[in-house]
Amino acid sequence: METKCKICGEKIQVPDDSMAGELLECPSCGMNYEITSISGNSVEIKPAENVGEDWGE
Amino acid sequence: MWERTGENKLIKAGIVGASGYVGGELLRLLANHGDVEVTVATSNKHKDEKVARIHPDLYGLTDLKFTGRSIFDLLDDLDVVFLAVPHGTSINYVPQLMESGVRIVDMSADFRLRDPDKYPVWYGFEHPYPDLIKKFVYGMPELHREELKNARYIAVPGCIASSSIYSIAPFASLDLDNNVITVDAKVGSSGSGAELDESKVFSERYNSVRAYKPAGHRHTPEIEQEIKYATGRDVKIALSAHSVNMVRGILTTSSIFAKTDEIHGWGLLREFYSGEKFVRLIMDKKSNFKYPDPKIVVGSNFVDLGFAIDRYINRIVSFGAIDNMIKGASGNAIQSMNIMYGFNESEGLTAPSLFPV
Ligand SMILES: [Zn+2]
Repeated sequence: METKCKICGEKIQVPDDSMAGELLECPSCGMNYEITSISGNSVEIKPAENVGEDWGE
Repeated sequence: MWERTGENKLIKAGIVGASGYVGGELLRLLANHGDVEVTVATSNKHKDEKVARIHPDLYGLTDLKFTGRSIFDLLDDLDVVFLAVPHGTSINYVPQLMESGVRIVDMSADFRLRDPDKYPVWYGFEHPYPDLIKKFVYGMPELHREELKNARYIAVPGCIASSSIYSIAPFASLDLDNNVITVDAKVGSSGSGAELDESKVFSERYNSVRAYKPAGHRHTPEIEQEIKYATGRDVKIALSAHSVNMVRGILTTSSIFAKTDEIHGWGLLREFYSGEKFVRLIMDKKSNFKYPDPKIVVGSNFVDLGFAIDRYINRIVSFGAIDNMIKGASGNAIQSMNIMYGFNESEGLTAPSLFPV
């Protein structure tokens, strides 16, 4: 199964045994997604919260 | 000297004011252009000297010498003239060049602003040829490609204006909370040209971050004009320009006050620049370069774009990075000229950026 990155548009492979709540990463832009629902051939994802870089400030 | 000989090239070009940095960058890029040969390079200051003495990057690539003769005496063998002269000087050349039938690529600001009334306000002179402004096309291929196909005269955008327009235009169609867009520009020292004055002494310049134009920068009306052209929106640009410790490159950081999110924002950028070869969207969260940075664009004709979302104040922090000498001047000039002549649009411009540099 696969889905599309909402940021850069690249394909993201979704392993067949994936479950809702698991995280995916776009291989192109590195965006992290959380699987919100998965059934049959359809998978829904939403952006996962990222920890930003703070340069030690 | 090392590639196809001049006889096989399609057109011959002259450069007026060829000893400056912009002229040198035109010479450098055109040395690698399959369809254009530069046969005339004028300079009063360096007449009869070898071009490579002043532009040492061209050693071994050209045996051209600067000429002190008037370009008007040399037009018989020229198809196109690049005017790499200061603002307020191109207007002295353009009418007679037009009469001769030669095509013109003007690097100065003299024919960029569609509204002649802006010239006294921003450049301090009444435009003597308001009717001729209409004959020029603004040399930004991503916005004006169709007009460039039928152009004979090109007005090449300013460097800070380019980076700003590229990074603001896709977002200016949003529902703005404020029609003021602030732009913070950080500019390499080559942006101020090859003429020496006291402010450019190494000891004064090195390690400094100098706010050289905190207000009233001349590229302001150009940015407003092109955002209006691209989106139909009247925006006000609040531009402050700083000279920083690098030779080439510009980073503009623009604040656009509107509510959006990352997904919608990237969608706007991807749609606006779909198919554009020289626009790169910097979006890799795993890269050491998560946002546009002049360091990874210098030497190339790319413009790198990216943004961050400030949720606290509903602001898009939009970045544009270019090599000020290339996408900010000579690169856009050549890309626009390629379109005007129907050449391959990327001819002479495909060199990747230098990294690390
Ligand atoms: Zn992606």
